[in-house]
Amino acid sequence: MLLEVSAEKRFGNFLLDAEFALDCKRCGIFGPSGSGKSTLVHMLAGLLKPDRGKISIAGTPVFDAARGINIPPEKRRVGLVFQHSHLFPNMSVQANLYYGWRRTRKSDRKIGPGALTTALNLDHLLKRDVNSLSGGERRRVAVGRTLLACPRLILLDEPLTGLDAELKSQIMPYLKKVFTEFDVPMLFISHSLQEMRLMTDEVLIPENGCCRKRMSTEELARSSMTSVPRSYVNLLTLRRPQAHNDIWIYSWGDEKLRLIEPGEPGDNLFELGASDITLFKRHPEATSARNILPCKVVEIFGSGGRVGVELEGGGGRLVSQIVHESVRELDIQNGSELFAVIKASAFRKIC
Amino acid sequence: MLLSPQDMQAVWLSIKVATTATLVTAPFGFGIAYFFSFARMPGKYLLECLVNLPLVLPPVVVGYLLLLFFGQSGFAGPLLKFFDLRIIFTLTGAVIASAVVGFPLLVRAIRIGMDNIDIHYIQAARTLGAGRLDTLLTIILPLSGRAILAGMTLMFARSLGEFGATIILAGNIPGVTQTIPLAIYDYANTPDGDRMAMSLCLVSIALSFAVLLASEALARSFRKGSADAP
Repeated sequence: MLLEVSAEKRFGNFLLDAEFALDCKRCGIFGPSGSGKSTLVHMLAGLLKPDRGKISIAGTPVFDAARGINIPPEKRRVGLVFQHSHLFPNMSVQANLYYGWRRTRKSDRKIGPGALTTALNLDHLLKRDVNSLSGGERRRVAVGRTLLACPRLILLDEPLTGLDAELKSQIMPYLKKVFTEFDVPMLFISHSLQEMRLMTDEVLIPENGCCRKRMSTEELARSSMTSVPRSYVNLLTLRRPQAHNDIWIYSWGDEKLRLIEPGEPGDNLFELGASDITLFKRHPEATSARNILPCKVVEIFGSGGRVGVELEGGGGRLVSQIVHESVRELDIQNGSELFAVIKASAFRKIC
Repeated sequence: MLLSPQDMQAVWLSIKVATTATLVTAPFGFGIAYFFSFARMPGKYLLECLVNLPLVLPPVVVGYLLLLFFGQSGFAGPLLKFFDLRIIFTLTGAVIASAVVGFPLLVRAIRIGMDNIDIHYIQAARTLGAGRLDTLLTIILPLSGRAILAGMTLMFARSLGEFGATIILAGNIPGVTQTIPLAIYDYANTPDGDRMAMSLCLVSIALSFAVLLASEALARSFRKGSADAP
């Protein structure tokens, strides 16, 4: 078990009651501000002492009130990436990156500085003063600095908050890449569902200080379909864009998708709103929409005005959101064969 | 030559007293400021008041209390006698008087600087594997650089001007404990001493100005170090 927590902390009227165990390498804590996310993060990092209970990481207790164990933050090997980076202003980029590395035992140094700075595209910035970095560069250095300390677990406390969509889309690929490449378990804290879906597989949902509820990120995305104004969003990785007249043709598994947005030669991540997918019982011969995909219903979930229909097609799975009346009239059931129709302009590039 | 050899000695003694007092107290000032800024303990405010007391007390009172403390029948008297040390009417006495009176200014300036350090830098250092002492030396000390400099400048300037406590503890002995303010005091009480007093005043102004200039120049080079991240 990666992380086992059973601890309590009281501040005035607020009580944080955490009782959970996580065993997944890409976990998240999802909740609005004031739900206790930061308190929990500080307790895990050793910056805040719980009133009672215990916390163990990878089977080693780091806090146990009953046994009088409270390992200080510098010995816990739990990395923390702050919301606003907080690079040391008195040091160069290189000195910031190596700060943790120099304080890590040789036997624990599992990540090579050279490989990491290359992966984060920081090589040309090493000699720079941190105060001259752009917002995106600062976040990359902050992630690099924490990773180089080779922690057993990394806590990312809203690392993308405050960045505009474009900067986020620039940083996200780096984050995904380094955490996959260097295989460090992480706990990603955010209140953005999109970030959660990109970075995590499982989420913990604190509610009014109670941290017990857990679910898979996919489940969270689907459950939010009925509660938030925005519908479910499909995330699609599309490859090899080719220009064709004024549109771009991408490969999505065995399927070809026509989009108006250009992309990179490698992987491109796109968003597609579930309500932007229209379902037809028969092939709509003449339509302005550029994508008509034959597919099969795998699952139907949700109810009332928002029903999710999970479809399996040549490229992978998609969720379409329709109303219950349509389900009835089209007699949609598990196994039904349908055509999903999507406009070329319905896709939005994330990164 | 504007200054007599005796005046030159007073200038030299002033610089010596102010420099020694500043350099000797700086590490203690840093330590106390760190304690006030980061330690959590009951009764801390009482201690703070105690350290700040010389700031509000008349310097003469401070000098008199020091005289009682270091006097033969005072608290430290027997100890000084044992080691055959003399404080009263010596340069050491002048340094101690300046140090005690200037200390609250030093601590105050450093403390304000430390209070302004974003706690996240310290937390970041700790989670990156730096212990308390390591964090103190690699993060807090460099980030307090400007505040330490400001405190030392204040302390140095205060020592240059120290009069009340010095005259009581160290006396006004030309060539031994007579600093610029004490020499000016002497000239002011001497008929035809105006011109000499004036030239010492000018030296005083020049010295203070030089200190401020030097401190500003140093602060500029530190600015990079303690600039807050955007």
